[in-house]
Amino acid sequence: MKKTYGIEVDCANCAEKMEAAAKKTAGVKDCTVSYMALKMTVEFEEGADVKAVMKEVLKNCKKVEDDCEIFF
Amino acid sequence: MNKKQKMALIRIIISAVLVIAFRFIPEELKIVRFVAYMIPYLIIGYKTLIKAFKGILKRQVFDENFLMAVATIGAICLGDYSEGVAVMLFYQIGELFESYAVGKSRRNISELMDIRPDFANIEKDGTLEQVDPDEVEVGSIIVVQPGEKVPIDGVILEGNASLDTAALTGESVPRQAKAGDEVISGCINLNGLLKIRTTKEFGESTVSKILELVENASSRKSKSENFISKFARVYTPVVCFSALALALIPPVINLIMGNPADFTEWIYRALTFLVISCPCALVISIPLSFFAGIGGASREGVLVKGSNYLEMLSEVKYVVMDKTGTLTKGVFEVTEVKPADGVSDAELLEYAAYAESFSNHPISKSLKASYGKEIDQNKVKNVEEISGHGVKAVVNGVTVAVGNNKLMDSMKLDYVKCTKAGTICYVAIENKFAGYILISDKLKENSKDAVKAMKAAGVKQTVMLTGDAKAVADEVAGELGLDKVFSELLPADKVSKVEEILALKQSKEQLAFVGDGINDAPVLGRADVGIAMGAMGSDAAIEAADVVLMDDDPAKIAKAIKISRKCMRLVYENIIFAIGVKLICLVLGALGIANMWVAIFADVGVMIIAVLNAIRALRVKNL
Repeated sequence: MKKTYGIEVDCANCAEKMEAAAKKTAGVKDCTVSYMALKMTVEFEEGADVKAVMKEVLKNCKKVEDDCEIFF
Repeated sequence: MNKKQKMALIRIIISAVLVIAFRFIPEELKIVRFVAYMIPYLIIGYKTLIKAFKGILKRQVFDENFLMAVATIGAICLGDYSEGVAVMLFYQIGELFESYAVGKSRRNISELMDIRPDFANIEKDGTLEQVDPDEVEVGSIIVVQPGEKVPIDGVILEGNASLDTAALTGESVPRQAKAGDEVISGCINLNGLLKIRTTKEFGESTVSKILELVENASSRKSKSENFISKFARVYTPVVCFSALALALIPPVINLIMGNPADFTEWIYRALTFLVISCPCALVISIPLSFFAGIGGASREGVLVKGSNYLEMLSEVKYVVMDKTGTLTKGVFEVTEVKPADGVSDAELLEYAAYAESFSNHPISKSLKASYGKEIDQNKVKNVEEISGHGVKAVVNGVTVAVGNNKLMDSMKLDYVKCTKAGTICYVAIENKFAGYILISDKLKENSKDAVKAMKAAGVKQTVMLTGDAKAVADEVAGELGLDKVFSELLPADKVSKVEEILALKQSKEQLAFVGDGINDAPVLGRADVGIAMGAMGSDAAIEAADVVLMDDDPAKIAKAIKISRKCMRLVYENIIFAIGVKLICLVLGALGIANMWVAIFADVGVMIIAVLNAIRALRVKNL
């Protein structure tokens, strides 16, 4: 399942780092972050609890980039 | 500018003024100078310092805040107060510019794509009520007033108007619409009042589909973008370790050799390294170029589903096209009326149209359409359809026979054979040959120019595939100047033909297939780049293709290729420029020729130039 979320982040490199962090999160199959569109598209693994996974994704993103936000 | 940006600007101005003012503090007052310079340094840099500190706590050391903090604190420790503050200052100016430029182009592009309707008018008890388009059910009747956008796809019940489709197709000539016509959402009603019965939900309407497609385009990343992400991931750590090596190894060697170590000089050089190490110019400018390119293209009626497709489009060397609906109109029309001696054009057409008036065959429809006048069917008697041959009838007391050559042969008539491609209707009046009418699928007006433009844009081979007869196909291909033509193909054959061509081409060259999205979804999928044309309102085409041409103008194929070329040129320019300048500055920095100021240019200056260059991808109107 794929879902797209709005994000807030200040620089392009930070967006790249968010993408890398989100990809490593358990339950996330794949993820792309578009800094230009300020969007994060997450592909979840089969049967993943979307809300819980997204919480983890946000936590991991905050770790690499303090100043980011994901709207879910 | 938003609030955050305004605050940043104020901080930049204050600290810039202070830095300039503090230059007048005499050198001897060391403590005073240090304290004085710390004021602008903290004003401009406190956020970066805090972020760098947090980064260290989270073990994220190679982050640009950390680099800037180390470089500036290092410079201050070496006694270069003004340089330390200046680096931080320019870094912030760069950040501000980046966020401003990106925000602005983001807005520009979304304005280009400003086709989202805000409301739909629903008539209730004689008054119009504005509602959210999302809440309108299929089959509701909506009213579109002059100047408003059509919010949802539907069919016109009442009224007629000129519709501006420029935002969807790039076509500036308005389209006429009247009762009974289908309209798609996103058009602007220029003059009339329209009552429309909706045929889709808002979410399924053309406008929503297009917006979704364009907004998601940047999540399909191109090879260049992936290359840059990988490069950035390696680049920063490599430069940082080089900086560390530069700070330690030469002084240590100096010590071993018995020379003075000169730590200050080497640490200074290492710090310039750190300033250059930020990959921001690359990381921002490449996606920005693609984003702008896709935005500019969509304004021209070319929807590209992803940066990767834009990249592939620029390498297209083979264009394989479907005939019907792509190069030709896909509508049968009377293209020639050739009467025998003693019969006029109008007479011939009139008799033929009357004789065929009871038939619903496409041929008879085109005859009637070409005749153009009302047909009084009472004048037609004794209609006799002869299967596989044609039709005989008595029109106004005159016997008329309309049909193919078999009909003429069976009537044992002496007739002029026509060898032209298309469907030929021979007409006999009172058992005498009266002439023929040629009905064929007409070429689109600009098909020929389109093929020429493709060639000019560097396409090696243009190929046409069609299920039609060889004679028809060869004539069309000859007229258009196509390189190759394959005719009498079944839909499945088209896939295998495309596969044959795919096998022949070199791996760097891309093959594009252009079709109208009807019946050719498998071929669209098999080609490197599938281009669907005339997709206004056709969901199937939008789904199956990688690139969607909103109107059915084949000239857009070359245009799309040119747009992608321009975009890719900017991408390469930026990659080479940014990496080149940085590498040169790194070398000069290591040799001690480039100082901190050069390093700042390599970081902020390159980024600004790259961003400005990237935004040029938006301008594609005159390509």
